[in-house]
Parts: sequence; structure tokens; C-alpha cells
Amino acid sequence: MTVAHTLLGLLEAGPRHGYDLKRSYDERFGHDRPLHYGQVYSTLARLLKNGLVEVEAEPGAGPERKKYAITDAGVSDVAGWLAVPEKPEPYLQSTLYTKVVLALLTGYDANDVLDTQRSEHLRLMRELTRRRDGGDLADQLVCDHALFHLEADLRWLELTAARMQQLAAQVRA
Amino acid sequence: MPTEPLLTAESLHLSFGATTALDSASVQVHAGEILALMGPSGSGKSTLLHCLAGILHPDLGRVTYAGRDLTAMHDDERSALRRTEFGFVFQFGQLVPELTCLENVALPLRLGGAPRRAALRSAAAWLERLEVSDVAGKRPGQASGGQGQRVAVARALVTRPRVVFADEPTGALDTLNGERVMQLFVAAARETGAAVVLVTHEPRVAAYSDHEAVVRDGRVRAREHVR
Amino acid sequence: MRRISELALGIRLSVGGGRSGWVRLALIAVGVGLGVTMLLVAASIPTVLDARTERADARSVTWDQQLTPGEPTMLTQEVKSSFRDAPVVGLLLQPEHDDAPLPPGVPRQLEPGDLVVSPALGDLLASDNGAALRDRWGDRVVGTIGDEGLTGPDELRFYLGTDQLTAGSEYVDRIQSFGGADGSSAGLGPVLLLLALVGMVVLLLPVAIFISTAVRFGSENRDRRLAALRLVGADVGMTRRIAAGETLAGAAGGLAVGTLLFLAIGRLAAYAVPAELSFYPEDLRPAPVLAALTVVLVPATTVLVTLSALKQVLVEPLGVVRRGSERRRRFWWRLVVPVVGLALLTPLIDGLDTSPGSQVMVVAGLILVLVGVALILPWLVEATVHRLNGCSVAWDLAVRRLQLDSGTAVRSVSGIAVSVAGLIAMQGLVATIGELSPWSQADTSTFQATVLDIDPEADSAETWERELSRAEGVTRVGLLTSMWARPTPATAGQPASSDETLIDIGTCEVLAQEAQLDSCDDGDAFVVAPDGTTTPASGSVYLLGTGQDTRWTLPASAEVVGPAPGTVGSMGGMSARIMVTPGALGGIDVEPEGMTVYVALDPAVLDAADHMRTAAAQVDPAAYESPIAPERTTLILGNVQSALLVGTVALLVLIGASMLVNVIEQLRERRQLLAVLVAFGTRRRTLGASVLFQVAIPVVLGLAIAVVTGSVLALALQAAVDAPLAFDWLTVGVTSGAAALMVLLTTAAGLPLLWHLTRPGGLRSE
Repeated sequence: MTVAHTLLGLLEAGPRHGYDLKRSYDERFGHDRPLHYGQVYSTLARLLKNGLVEVEAEPGAGPERKKYAITDAGVSDVAGWLAVPEKPEPYLQSTLYTKVVLALLTGYDANDVLDTQRSEHLRLMRELTRRRDGGDLADQLVCDHALFHLEADLRWLELTAARMQQLAAQVRA
Repeated sequence: MPTEPLLTAESLHLSFGATTALDSASVQVHAGEILALMGPSGSGKSTLLHCLAGILHPDLGRVTYAGRDLTAMHDDERSALRRTEFGFVFQFGQLVPELTCLENVALPLRLGGAPRRAALRSAAAWLERLEVSDVAGKRPGQASGGQGQRVAVARALVTRPRVVFADEPTGALDTLNGERVMQLFVAAARETGAAVVLVTHEPRVAAYSDHEAVVRDGRVRAREHVR
Repeated sequence: MRRISELALGIRLSVGGGRSGWVRLALIAVGVGLGVTMLLVAASIPTVLDARTERADARSVTWDQQLTPGEPTMLTQEVKSSFRDAPVVGLLLQPEHDDAPLPPGVPRQLEPGDLVVSPALGDLLASDNGAALRDRWGDRVVGTIGDEGLTGPDELRFYLGTDQLTAGSEYVDRIQSFGGADGSSAGLGPVLLLLALVGMVVLLLPVAIFISTAVRFGSENRDRRLAALRLVGADVGMTRRIAAGETLAGAAGGLAVGTLLFLAIGRLAAYAVPAELSFYPEDLRPAPVLAALTVVLVPATTVLVTLSALKQVLVEPLGVVRRGSERRRRFWWRLVVPVVGLALLTPLIDGLDTSPGSQVMVVAGLILVLVGVALILPWLVEATVHRLNGCSVAWDLAVRRLQLDSGTAVRSVSGIAVSVAGLIAMQGLVATIGELSPWSQADTSTFQATVLDIDPEADSAETWERELSRAEGVTRVGLLTSMWARPTPATAGQPASSDETLIDIGTCEVLAQEAQLDSCDDGDAFVVAPDGTTTPASGSVYLLGTGQDTRWTLPASAEVVGPAPGTVGSMGGMSARIMVTPGALGGIDVEPEGMTVYVALDPAVLDAADHMRTAAAQVDPAAYESPIAPERTTLILGNVQSALLVGTVALLVLIGASMLVNVIEQLRERRQLLAVLVAFGTRRRTLGASVLFQVAIPVVLGLAIAVVTGSVLALALQAAVDAPLAFDWLTVGVTSGAAALMVLLTTAAGLPLLWHLTRPGGLRSE
């Protein structure tokens, strides 16, 4: 559960209010998908229940004035999460994959799918490039990450299209 | 109201012997825009760039630059146009090995008839702008790949051309150096108002463009005009 | 064993490198081959000279031959004539028996008037050119002299049958056989030999330079190949041996090419040399020792050059790093050789003496200075090129290229400079040695030739005057008659001095040829006294003629004068003589002992000298004609010089070829760069001009240095002998012209490739 681990990691720097946590999360990781408040508090509640965080209550405060701090168990949980490798998964956008396969099956030109998709990918990539070149180091790292993934998608698409053409030529021959 | 394109190719055909390189390729470049020409290797994107720049003469079709028909011009006229209005960046091997980097940058100005001293002065300013002043007195062989490409970019821009043609300008560089070259290149081009025709097969490099055109089998397939 | 296999690998690589490998091998083979050809020609010179000497000795006539009584004998007299500048030598033959000896190449005894001529002389007689030669010795040509009787195919020689010879005459030899140690045959004098030595150095030094250039043809490709071998694990030693193997393959090819070329050129060379130096093609065989040296030394040199060239680069697995470019050449040690040379030339300051020792010094000095030129040049070219700063882009491109790699340029320049400097210095040497020959100072304003009748008869004077005046192109004839005068006591009882004196009788005009006369009228008498001789006292009484007792008194008015410059008298060793005008003899008529006919020739008449010689030979075949200022030595020097000139031009062609190879290689290597340059609007004109400059700058530098060095040497030599200072315009003109042509041709030959590489499609990668 990555949001939980991310919040725990952010708390390692020092106790925070829930609202602060959401802001730092969004700044660093949430460009595309900002966290909802509800998501933050439900996650924190679960972490509290599991004893990974504790609440430093301020007198007479509502829930948004609660300050959360990481516990020793929480610190070792973050360390453990960082140490365990992610399961390598082929990074396929399942819808894109489905589209290309469908295009082939229906005799639709895969190149058109590719070109349309490339145009859309590039639009996003331009935006990311602009944001990266104007941003700080964290922005740059996040944008580069996204850019490389988008590039990988496009490359996969191009390769697939080229393969299909070869295949079609073989079939026709 | 869209402006008149600065550079237009209309239905270009060109074959080298039995190989058809361009087959009815059309493309437009507007003043100050950065256009990426993409496509797989051998698709004809470099050939299209050479035709647009007046280096190659298409068998059929027309290339118009600022209202002038490039395909009807004499070779000397096109050479003069390339000297004064166009700039070029290639993948590698474009710097004269026995001239210093500074002299390499000054070369287009001197070819255009500028006095030696003035040419070297502007060249020095451009090297500084591309953050490679430290290699000014060195020969290209003594500079790193990234520095060499920045020198090449400086040379392409030193004449303040209206169009810069770049053929895989980062093709021989690692990612970090490539990105830096592209950032400096695009920034300088935008500042001088030069249009850029950028041939690349790397989407990340193409992402520096305003628009892309995809060349496949000698044809321009798609042209997005979305801002 | 392993080393051998590495050498073999090198050889295989050189042959297996595809088309470009073959081209490189062929270039090296041709380059080395051209060098080998010149070396083989040089190595053949001793053989050619030996063969000539041998044949010349076999036909020689010994004047003091011991005669065996009863053996058949022959009377002979040598005739020395010439046609234009070429000597024509013949023998008058008068057999005293049917079995009298025959000279080699002559099949049978000659009747009086029969003429046997060498093929070259026969051709000349038959041609329009030989009109002035026709009938010089009669027109009954009965045969041709065989090859065994001639030194070379172009030799002009004849045998003339006669019945006019008298045994016992001083000039007639009676012989029982031809041949025998002669010694006086057509060998070269020591001065000429030394000159030939300079010539060899002047030509062979550039050949060595050329061979070393040829070995480096395409070496950049080779270095890259070696780098590839390093990548798969070859060590530095192995790459060296592999490179040596490659070079050996080229050198072996070069030896083969050189041998073939030598065989082909041998046929032509025999006809390209001056007639008197001509030789039979079959005599052109390299001396075995020298040939062996060539076969061993050429491959050895090429390998050494390769290895030393490899020392200039670091062949690393990932590529080739040039080592030498940043290292400037050091200057001081290069100065040693020319300084020693100049030191050897210093005796020239006090004037040149004719002793062989000082000539050896001069020639050795010249050689050292020339070698010094080759040594100083690389430094000078580098220093100059680093100071060149241009204005045009083409100039900049060329200069920068030369700055980065001046090696090839320097080698070309040295080749040109040494030979051209040598040539120009040679001109100085020619002038110097010409000046050393005192004949050249003779006065030729009145008369240009003399005919010497060594055995005149009473009516000879009239005959000569009549016959020679009649010859075409002869404008005037003057006679100098000589007779012996025995001193006798003026009054009885006084002892007569024993020395005989020569009295020359001639008009004032003729006498002026022999002595420095201030004023002269008919009736005057002079005493010609060379320095350091005692002059006969005026009033001395002489007995004239051999048989008669005609007394004659040296008048008191006889003025003592010095001999004219350029005459035998001016050269020392002669005693004082008396010269009188006919009037001073007071009508005394005695039979002359000798007679010299002075002849004035009309320069406007073609072959006037030869018409005159023919007329003279018709009077007396043995009459000896000579120009007043003979140019024999300078003529041969001139031949050496023109041979050198031809050699230098040939050398320029070779150097042009090597520069062309260099240019082409360089253009190929940078095809992409050229396409880029054209892409951003460089005019082809600019690129062409840069190629032109790149070729022209080294050549111009080389020529300039050569002209300066050569001219300084030549002028020094000329100044040393007080010869008029003459700048060798011919050599400078011809070599500059040839160099300019070479530069243009080399550039022109490179241009099609340049155009091809810069055509619009050039940017497309391979």
C-alpha cells in the first residue's frame, strides 16, 4: 500500500498535521492525482490502528488539528518497505494493449492507433518537459520518470506497429 | 487566422536509384515554430529535411521558402540561402577537426563574408551563451561530445538564421547531455525567433517541439496542430 | 616462429584488405618501385661505364707498340672532328698488308677512300641535318661499324681508308693489332666524377625521401586496422610486426615493379642520354653488389620507416592517438650538418684553386649543405606554417590542416627542395669549373675557330685560304704560320744560345688572338713573354727554317707583350716566343713548320662551323679544327645539369603523385564533414581553393627555400672564381613552372573526388 508508506515516510521528517501531509504529498508525488482529504485521514486512521503512528493531540482541537508522529514500529515498517523490491511487472497500459490488439483483429490500421496515441503521448510529454525544465529537482525527477515511461509506451507501440507490418507483409506474401 | 507558412514542401518525390525515399511528402513549417519530424529509420525523414533545406533537389514537387521556390533556384543561390537564412546541426562529425571550436563557430559568418575579427567576436558570444566558452581555443577533438554538440548549435545559430535544421542533434549523446543540449538549443532558438526542423526518433527529444509530423514510407502521415 | 607468423599475418592483411587494401598496396608498390627503378639505374652506371671502357680499349691504338718483324702492319692516324657540339672521331687506315689488323666492328680492309661509319653517323650523313657533314671524308660509304666497335649506339665514329700516310711521321702510328691498355679512353675526369656524385646525391636523396613517403601511403587506415587488432588482444610488439609484414609486402611489390620499370626504362634511357654518353641497352645491368644492396636495403628501409612512423602514434585498442603533433621539432642539432658543410666551403672565400683536394672539399661541402637543407626544412616548414595567418576561409582551412599534420607536407617539401637547390648550386659549379678552364677567356670577337695543320707544305697557306674561304658561312680567314728559329751569334765567335724559339707570323688581326697588343702595324715585331720567362734580347740573330740558313735579326723596336687571355701561353709553362707581322720579315720566305688558320664564321649561317670543318677535312682529313673558346667541359656539365633538370621534373611528378594520394585519402576520410560544410552553404570554390592551398603552400615554401639556398651556394661559387654573377633563371623557371603545373594538376586531379563527395546526396550516411 504505497500511499500509506509514502505518508509514513513523510512523517519521518517530523510530526505533521494531516493537512500538511496532504500538501507535501501532492507537491512531491501527486501532480497527476492529488489525494483526497478523506483518503489521507482513512489511511492515517489505519496506520494509527496498526500502531505505526501516534497522535500528539493538541488541546481542544478537531480532527484537523491532530498532529501525527511516526512510531518506532512505523520507522521499521518504512525501512522494510524500502528494502523489499517491487515485483517486476511488465508495464503495459492494458487499454492501449487492448486497442492495438483489437485494431489488428478488426483489420483497422495499427499505425493510425499509433499516430493518434503518439500525438496524445507527445502532448503530455511536452507538458511534462515544460514543467520539468521550469521546476526544482523533485519536479525534474518526477517528470523524468513519467517521460521515460511514456517514451517506453511509444516505443512499444512503434515496435508493435512495425512488427505487425512485417507480419502482414509475410501473410500477404 | 493562421499565418502563411515560412517553409512549405508540396508533394515531394525523390528516389535514389530503385529506392523511393520520398513519395508525395508535404509539410509546412511556420515562422518560429519547432517542428519534429519523426518516424522509423529509413522512413525518409532525413531526406525530407535535406529537401526542405535545399540540399537535395526533389524529383517532383516544390519547396517554397518565404515565397521563393527553392526547387527552381540555381545551386549557388541555394548555397547562399543556406549560408544566410538557414542553420544546421547534425548528429556528429560536423566540426572541422583542425579549426578551434571558436573558429568553427565563426566559419558560417566568414563564409558569408564577415571580417575575421567580427566573426570571432560573435562566435565567442555564442559559445558563452551555450556555456562552452572553456573549449573556445580547443580543437573539437579535445572537447567532449556534449560540448561538441553545443559548439555545433552555436555554429547553427551564429548567423541568426530563420530556420535551423537539426538532424538527430542528440543522437550521439547520453540522456543528460542530450537534454542539456536540447534545452539550450530550444531556448536559444525561441529567443532568436528561429524556426526549427528537428529530425529525431526519440520521443523525449520530440517533446521539445511544438508539433510533430510523422514520416513513414516517404510520406508525412500526421500533422497535429494542437497547441 | 610466432614472429614469422605475425609478419605473415601482416602480409595477409595487406592483401586481404579488400579493394582499398589493394589500392594501398599498389600505391606503395608503385611508389617504392619508382624509387627502386632510380636506384637500379644508378647501380647500373658502373657496368655501363665498364662496358664502354672495355670496347674503347679494344679498338684503341697504342703509339709505342712493340712490333714483331714479319707480322702484317697497318698505318693509322686519329682524326678528331665534331658535328655541331658532338665529337666525331675517326681513324685513317692504311693497311700495309692484306692481313693487316682490323679494328673491331670493321669486317674487311678498306681501299683508299672507303668509308665505314657508325650507324648514328650513317643516319646523320643521310639526313637533312647532316648536310654540312656530307663529303667531309668522301662519299664512298662501304659499310657500317658493328656494335662491338662502338661505345654506344649513338656514337659518331668512322674509319677512312687512305694511302696518304707516311710511316715515321710524328702523328702516324704503325700497329700490328688494335687494343691494349690505353687509359685515355672516354672515362670521366675526376671533376666530372665528383659532379656526378653531387648529381647522385641531388637525385637519390629525394628518392629516399619519396620511398619513405610512399611507405606511408594510407597509413591512417592501417593504423585503424591495427587498433582493431589491439582490441582483440594483439600487443604493441605484435602490431609492429604486423605493420612490418604489411610494409614488406609493399616493398616486395615495389622491388618487382621497380625491376619491371627498370627493364622497360633501360630501353628508353639508352636513347635519352647525350650521344657521346650513349650506351647499349644490354649494358644497362646493375652492378651485382649494388643490386644486392638495393634488394636488401629498400625493404629494410621501408620497415624502418614504418616502425619509426608507428612510434609517432599510439595504437590503442579503442583507436589511434597521434603523439607527435604537439611536440615541436628541435632545431639545434639540425644545424650541425650544414654548418660543417659551410665550413668546408670556406676556402672558396680566398678563391678556388684547381687542386683535386679543394675540389673534393667543395663537393663534400655542397653535399653536406644540401643534406642540411633536408634536415632544416621540417623545422622551417613547421615554424613557418605556425606563423601563417590568413584572411580567406579556404586559406585558413589549408593552413590549419598543415599545422595539425605537417609531416606529409614536410616530406614533399624536402624532396623538392634538395633537388632544386642542388640543381641551382650545380649552375654555380658549372660556371666555376667553366671559369677554371682558361680557354673560356679567349677573345672570340674576330675569329671563332681555328684549323691546325700540323704538317703543312709550301703551298698550304694558299690552299687553306682558298678552300676555307669558299666554305659556306666563312666570312674571313686569317693565317698564323709558325717556324722554328735557332739563335745564332750576332757576330762570329760569340756562342749561340741553344734554345730554339717559335716565331709566329701573321697579320695584326691574327696576332691579336695570341698576344695583348696595344698597337700594331705591318712591319712590327713583338716578343710574347708569359710571366716569369726570360725574353730574348733585341738584336738577337736567328737562323730561320730547318734546312736553310736564312738569318733574321729581332728588331730593337720589338715590344714585349703579354699573352692573350685564354691562350696556351697564358696558362704558363710556355717559354717566350716571337711574333711578327709579315712586313717584319722583310720578304724572307721559309717553309712553315705549322700553320693555324683562323676562321671567322657568320653566325647567321646554320652549321657554318660544320661547313668549314668539311672544307678543312677535304684539304687534309687530319687537320685539327677547334673552336677558339672550346666548351667541352661545360658541355658535359651542361649534360649533367640537364639530366638533373629532367630528373627533378620527374621527381616533382612523383611528389605530386604522393601529394595527390594524400589529398584523396584525406578527402575520403572526411566525406561527411565535406557534406556538412556544403550543407551550410560553403561554396565548392572555397573547398577547392583550400585543397589548392594545401598542396601549394608546402611546394612554394620548398621552392623558395631551395631557390634561396641554391642561389646563395651558386653565387658563392661564382664569386669565389670572380665569374660574372649569374642567377640560374632556367632552372628556377623550369622547376617553378613544373611545380606550379604539378600543384595545379594535383589539385585538378583531386577535384573530381571533391565534387563527387560534395554532391547533394553526400549527407546520407553509408
